[in-house]
Amino acid sequence: MNILRNYIDKIKPNFEKGGKLEKWLPVFESFETFLYVLGDTAPKKGAHIRDAVDLKRVMSVVVIALIPALLFGMWNVGEYHYLSIGENATFFEKFGHGFIRVLPLILVSYIAGLGTEFVFVYIKGHEIEEGFLVSGMLIPMIVPVDTPLWMVALATIFAVIFGKEVFGGTGMNIVNPALLTRAFLFFSYPAKMSGDTIWISGLSEGEGIVDGFSGATPLASAAAGAMDKLPSTMDMFMGYVPGSIGETSVLAILIGAAILLFTGVGSWKIMLSVFAGGAVMGLILNFFATETNPYMALPFYQHLLLGGFAFGAVFMATDPVTGTQTETGKWIYGFLIGFIAIIVRVLNPAYPEGVMMAILLMNVFAPLIDHYVIQANIKKRLKRVKA
Amino acid sequence: MSTKNLKLLSDPINLNNPITVQVLGICSALAVTVKLEPAVVLSISVLFVLAFANVIISVLRNTIPSRIRIIVQLVVIAALVILVDQVLKAYSYEVSKQLSVFVGLIITNCIIMGRLEAFALGNKPWPSFLDGVGNSAGYAIILIIIAFFRELLGSGTLWGIQVIPDSFYEMGYTNNGFMILPPMALIVVAIIIWVQRSKSRELIEAN
Repeated sequence: MNILRNYIDKIKPNFEKGGKLEKWLPVFESFETFLYVLGDTAPKKGAHIRDAVDLKRVMSVVVIALIPALLFGMWNVGEYHYLSIGENATFFEKFGHGFIRVLPLILVSYIAGLGTEFVFVYIKGHEIEEGFLVSGMLIPMIVPVDTPLWMVALATIFAVIFGKEVFGGTGMNIVNPALLTRAFLFFSYPAKMSGDTIWISGLSEGEGIVDGFSGATPLASAAAGAMDKLPSTMDMFMGYVPGSIGETSVLAILIGAAILLFTGVGSWKIMLSVFAGGAVMGLILNFFATETNPYMALPFYQHLLLGGFAFGAVFMATDPVTGTQTETGKWIYGFLIGFIAIIVRVLNPAYPEGVMMAILLMNVFAPLIDHYVIQANIKKRLKRVKA
Repeated sequence: MSTKNLKLLSDPINLNNPITVQVLGICSALAVTVKLEPAVVLSISVLFVLAFANVIISVLRNTIPSRIRIIVQLVVIAALVILVDQVLKAYSYEVSKQLSVFVGLIITNCIIMGRLEAFALGNKPWPSFLDGVGNSAGYAIILIIIAFFRELLGSGTLWGIQVIPDSFYEMGYTNNGFMILPPMALIVVAIIIWVQRSKSRELIEAN
């Protein structure tokens, strides 16, 4: 490790004032602070306790938490690819295929997003912010594996500019940039973002596909009312279903959730209340279910396992920037996300998945919720003073 | 033409643009800019209505009691809009159908009422005419820019003629469906405002 530190110290003067690479200082700093926590983490004198965990470290934890779901997603991509062409393959062949299909998405997302951020930093001359570390990992995980790379790049650039930079960069954004990327893709290229053929790698080209193989996600089957085509609850939980790369396995997502909760990066209140909101709305729908609409009769716990619900609850809703800040607000915010997600999913035939819409909508309302929670608290305390 | 009159024409096109600076008339800027043709037709209609409404109100300005001036203005605008509507229906029925209610809604276009109130009521007919032409030209330019990008990227056509070659589509290019939806028009307006303000920094507010 010392070699790296020494090397950084050696090249540092080039970037400082008067050095020949002066203009690249922000880029250099961002890499340096990514590798090392700068400044005093604990001063030698006095009792100042400082936490070495800065924003970059928090972001790294989220990326680590995403890895189980990502690895499972890679395997899942391979599994369904070989299933669709009717060939047997070993575990490593499946994983290898998924790896080759998913890696370009990750690279494109990072290159496009970080490139955009660097351009803005260069124009504005401020320090590079690390917000894109997580978004860049989330984006490939919430798109179908067959999404063309240029679309991912375009949507990422759009989301970074209009979701983040125009509001003032990392920490100032109103909506989650990764979800904005997906929303942009969903509305711009609906043919590539929904349907039965896009979820499995190679299926849309249609070469060598086994007769009668259906690439429909459980969510699509459920929306079409084909309840008999739904996989078992256990398969949904483990993730043996087609879907966006990172969303399929609830188990892998829960491992990520455990990492987030153990390190204190994600809010358990939001996660729990999103699931609670979804369960409550699922139960309400069960109550009104009729013969003609079997989707409404879907057991509530299956709703929580379907589609991107778990992924949204764990990784998207808990984004500390776009979510609510007050503790009471977190309960309201999370509950409404789950509630609205199921409403959109079941009652709106145009959008088979409601989690994206629900989170984006509540992102916009989060400051309002915080405002009223604070006002209510002020009122309560004023009453106490007067009494 | 004096410099003062010239300024009446040129100011609203850039530094006092009704859409990008005063942020008026956004509704029609979102609604009719999916294609270039209706955008141009609506721009011409607004130009006609605004220029002549300005002149008529300016001629009448000393005889209109200020208590009922809004009604008088509305009557004048409505008369002109009906004229435009009938002409469109007679000579370009297809475009008229595409524009549907938005021709009628020129009456409620804030730019027109705004210019009548702010300019025509206090100025002579000739400057009022120039002000009307200038403002509707400023409106038209923005509408045409938005429609250009929305039609090009959203449908791959310009004025109904395909401009993006088939070979692009074969390589995997797809029209951007988001461009056809109204939110994207707002974002295109935002980009225009962004570019304009970074070019003329005096437009940036102090705070």
